[in-house]
Amino acid sequence: MNYNRNKEIEEADAPVIVFERVSKTYQKGTPAINNISFQIRKGEFVFIVGSSGSGKSTLIKLILKEIEPTNGKIYVNFKDLTRMRHRQVAKYRRGIGVVFQNFRLLKDRNVYENVAFAQRVIEVPGSTIRRQVPFMLSLMGLLDKQKSLPTELSGGEQQRVALARALVNNPVILLADEPTGNLDPKNSWEIMKLLEDINKRGTTVVVVTHNKEIVDKMQKRVITMNKGILISDEQRGGYSHAY
Amino acid sequence: MRISTIGYSMKQGFKNIRRNRMFSAASIGTIAACLFLFGIFYFVVANFQYMVKTAETSVGVTVFFDKGIGQEQIDKIGEEIKTRAEVASVTFVSAEQTWENYKEKYLNKELAESFGDDNPLKDSASYSVRLNDVSMQKSLVTYIERLDGVRQVNHSDTIANTFKSFNALVGYISGAIIIILFAVAIFLINTTVTMGIAVRKEEIAIMKLIGAKDSFIRAPFIVEGVIIGILGSVIPLGLLYFMYNRLIDYISGKYNNIFRSFRFIELNGIFKTLVPMCLILGVGIGFFGSYLTVRRQLKLKEGK
Repeated sequence: MNYNRNKEIEEADAPVIVFERVSKTYQKGTPAINNISFQIRKGEFVFIVGSSGSGKSTLIKLILKEIEPTNGKIYVNFKDLTRMRHRQVAKYRRGIGVVFQNFRLLKDRNVYENVAFAQRVIEVPGSTIRRQVPFMLSLMGLLDKQKSLPTELSGGEQQRVALARALVNNPVILLADEPTGNLDPKNSWEIMKLLEDINKRGTTVVVVTHNKEIVDKMQKRVITMNKGILISDEQRGGYSHAY
Repeated sequence: MRISTIGYSMKQGFKNIRRNRMFSAASIGTIAACLFLFGIFYFVVANFQYMVKTAETSVGVTVFFDKGIGQEQIDKIGEEIKTRAEVASVTFVSAEQTWENYKEKYLNKELAESFGDDNPLKDSASYSVRLNDVSMQKSLVTYIERLDGVRQVNHSDTIANTFKSFNALVGYISGAIIIILFAVAIFLINTTVTMGIAVRKEEIAIMKLIGAKDSFIRAPFIVEGVIIGILGSVIPLGLLYFMYNRLIDYISGKYNNIFRSFRFIELNGIFKTLVPMCLILGVGIGFFGSYLTVRRQLKLKEGK
């Protein structure tokens, strides 16, 4: 895979996600995130853990610029999100891959079309799509399933399709929101292995999860949230240390 | 925009129509109905205006001169009248011609011969002035009355005013009907596109997350609207084309006493204007209806 990166991002240890005293209060009035600061460096693998309502999803939405912070500054890929204009958002998001708990695949399109969709919508030439999609599917072990519809696949296979779609445009950062939430333990570990491989190839991986076993066993950096506050940030942590 | 993107947007636009068959059919049907009514109305208005124009040429003013006026001054008056833009033609009717016409119309042969060479209408030479715009009659009459050597100007205010007010009435009614019909059409396009967006909600959300530009997301819906507009205009145009001659024959036959002295516009003549008008209206309604809806809907989704 051609991992052409922005020169600045190639710099070792460059922070690709920076939160500076970020707060987000929704209209209801309760702060979802309260004065949070952290940095995630290039090539890191980070777990974000916490109970429901701890602010994990708000964090992902802020990184994707789906919502605006009430206070503070957010920098992603050296771009100040708080000053980014609406028309720049589409291009910015192309540098971020996302996978979700419920896969969010297009059910009326087969595996190939789901992955190709990610390239089509950013107007990648057809010849490139025809080259890159089969390559990405082979990396995910899905080449023989390319004509199958998502409903004909297992949960693990669907999540691998979602991963292929998230990675086909070579993002700098991969956000995974509860990627194993709908999977059995075997498939969960397969997905985590894939995420680890992707991380080893240089992609920064941020995983929001509830899966205690995976977090404990993988011994990666763990950011723990509780009621909108960052309560711990450990370089080689586990879920059990969180509370 | 890449050719492949245009192809993709077209394909998705057609897919949207297929997915929302019922709403698409309703929108096409409404636009078709609107444009069909518009076409019928256009037939009426265009033919009426054509008839009015024909009739206007038969409405005119008659200019009589002062007693004892010389031919030179009569010619001068004629030249001055001709300079007016609203004047279509100026015909000189001599006193002899007037007397001949009178005799022919009102007197029997014996009585006419009893006058011998006498011309009781020797001061009745006149100009018969035809107008190309009957609404300008009043100002023309005022102008002619002020000319030196003009004794009297005969004209009919009633005919002129009737034509003028009927023309305006037709214009107002057609304007109002067309506005109402198109408001209904735009409302239906709005519903169709909103349904299309609701059906593709997830797809649009994924597109946005992946980094699709707004224009890319909008394009298939605009294609959908334009296709609906084209279909909605081609269908009534086809119907109207086959109907027009039959309609004219029917009206002429049924209301022979009213329409016998009028001529209708030829089929090709009326469609030369109606085809581009309907296509522009149909495509315009489709384009703006879908563009405004998709813009508003995508903004709403972002605001969530």
